Amino acid sequence: MNSTIYKKKSPLAVFLIPAFLFMAVFLYYPFAMNIYNSFCNITGLGTAAEGFNSPWYLNYGKLFQDPIMNTALVNTMLLMILTIIFQVGIALLLALLIDNIKKGTQFFRTVYFFPIVISATALGLLFNLIFLYDGGMVNQLLMKFGMTDMIDWKDEAHFLFTMMTPVMWQYVGFYFVIIVTGLNNISPDIYEAAEIDGASGFNRVRYISLPLLHNVLITCLILAVTGALKVFDLPWVMMGAGMPMDQSWLTGTYMYNQTFTMGDVDYGSTIAIVIVVIGVVVSQVANRIFKEKDY
Amino acid sequence: MRTADTREPARSHGVRRRVQPGKVLIYLVLSFWAVTTIYPFLWVIMNSFKVKGLIRSDSFSVPMGDSFTFDNYKTAFNRVDIFGAYKNSLIISVAVTVVVVLLAGFAAYGMARYRFRGRNALHSLIIASMMFPVFSTIIPVFRMMFGWHIVNTNSVALSQLSVILPQIAGNLSFAIVVLMGFIRGLPIDLEEAAYLEGYNIYQIFFKVIVPIAKPSFATVAIFTFLWSYNDLFTQMFFLRYKDAFTITRLLNEITSIAGVNYGLMAAAVVLVVVPVLVVYVLLQKNIIKGMTAGAIKG
Repeated sequence: MNSTIYKKKSPLAVFLIPAFLFMAVFLYYPFAMNIYNSFCNITGLGTAAEGFNSPWYLNYGKLFQDPIMNTALVNTMLLMILTIIFQVGIALLLALLIDNIKKGTQFFRTVYFFPIVISATALGLLFNLIFLYDGGMVNQLLMKFGMTDMIDWKDEAHFLFTMMTPVMWQYVGFYFVIIVTGLNNISPDIYEAAEIDGASGFNRVRYISLPLLHNVLITCLILAVTGALKVFDLPWVMMGAGMPMDQSWLTGTYMYNQTFTMGDVDYGSTIAIVIVVIGVVVSQVANRIFKEKDY
Repeated sequence: MRTADTREPARSHGVRRRVQPGKVLIYLVLSFWAVTTIYPFLWVIMNSFKVKGLIRSDSFSVPMGDSFTFDNYKTAFNRVDIFGAYKNSLIISVAVTVVVVLLAGFAAYGMARYRFRGRNALHSLIIASMMFPVFSTIIPVFRMMFGWHIVNTNSVALSQLSVILPQIAGNLSFAIVVLMGFIRGLPIDLEEAAYLEGYNIYQIFFKVIVPIAKPSFATVAIFTFLWSYNDLFTQMFFLRYKDAFTITRLLNEITSIAGVNYGLMAAAVVLVVVPVLVVYVLLQKNIIKGMTAGAIKG
């Protein structure tokens, strides 16, 4: 790679400086500043910090005493777990099924992936209509099947289902495509060898497909978990400020609310740090537990 | 060993097919999921053409004759500035995409081809920044830009700029990683040949690298564009001035404007979804590739 063209280093500045300057100003500096802010007392987005909090770790103590933060954390964790089970689970099931057919694979791929390109805001409104109390799609459907009482999908008994189902539904196609790509990389020779040894359909999946998908599934798992931390738009559009009764908060929506609506900017910064820390810890733990394997 | 198979590779599929007799069941399950992804959109399109109120009593019927109307769309265009919002969305997303592709292309080329001190450190910085969720940088970015007087203003152009800048930064690291991977895999011979022809380094980049790496650039461009178009969080933070609202941001307001006019809401959803649907149908292969390559970014 040490070609004579690239011996002269001066153009390097032109290539690298613009991009890195951008990232320095809009990513690295703000990231560091956010940590600093979490120790300060800031009452408005546009106002200067009024010195440090006393004690300086005030916000971090607050995290543990704030019942709503607790709700937000529990909901986010729940979302993570459900994402792994349902998003990746359904995607895996669909991918294993489609591996057996030849006609229509492109069609299913296109259709399954479609919700991902749609803005979560539009999906939020769409699901608001679907889960509408008075005459939404689901309630109308249930009436047709003889239900008499309409269900309030956003009440305390149903809000978790209503909030999380669309989030999960949207990204199934994403993991589906990743897993299908993984399946296509498995050489047909291996299946043939198994065929000769008399492995049946189920055993083929259990002993060949799943082990060989190990690394792909780990990637999906980490993406699903970190993705769950970034969810904002759908719950925000559907649930607004923590409906019902501050019960539907997620870490992302709660952070936005603290920063904008409550004007507690330094606490918002602290919640943002919690989001980063959870993301790093969870993906590290997942990596440790399910070490990548070479086959 | 099994020479017969190497001559007829197609048979491997035949062998697999015979093992699974439940093909009908497979198609049923796959179709069921397809229905869950298609039907909600069909449903909302159907209802956006229905007479007021009908959506709540009879939402499954196809709007025909008396029940068919354009009223919801007329209301949508009268009440809110849909075209203006499309225009704002387009300006922001195109600007973000162009700058990201250009700067990331430069940086990826520099990182892939030059050997210099601190290269590994820069590489780690890029990877690390992909892990920063937008939540962790947005407050200081807002405060910084507030100091520059480009947020909370009544200027459409400045409002757009205030969304464009952080969105560019947010997409750069992913774009650099994807492009770097591709450029690194290119044979260097072409660049050397061009160099001998008398091209300078910038000509090599624009006339040799960019044309060969076109698919990767397309992938990055599509991903960046869609991400920018759909990103509500950044837009909620920085777009406070109504005239600068993008279509995504406007849609978020429509609930309060529409109230119980669900037909209007359905029409608004359709108006946002349709441009994306058209682009998706045309470019689906590139999009699927682009979005999954951008997996790490999510």
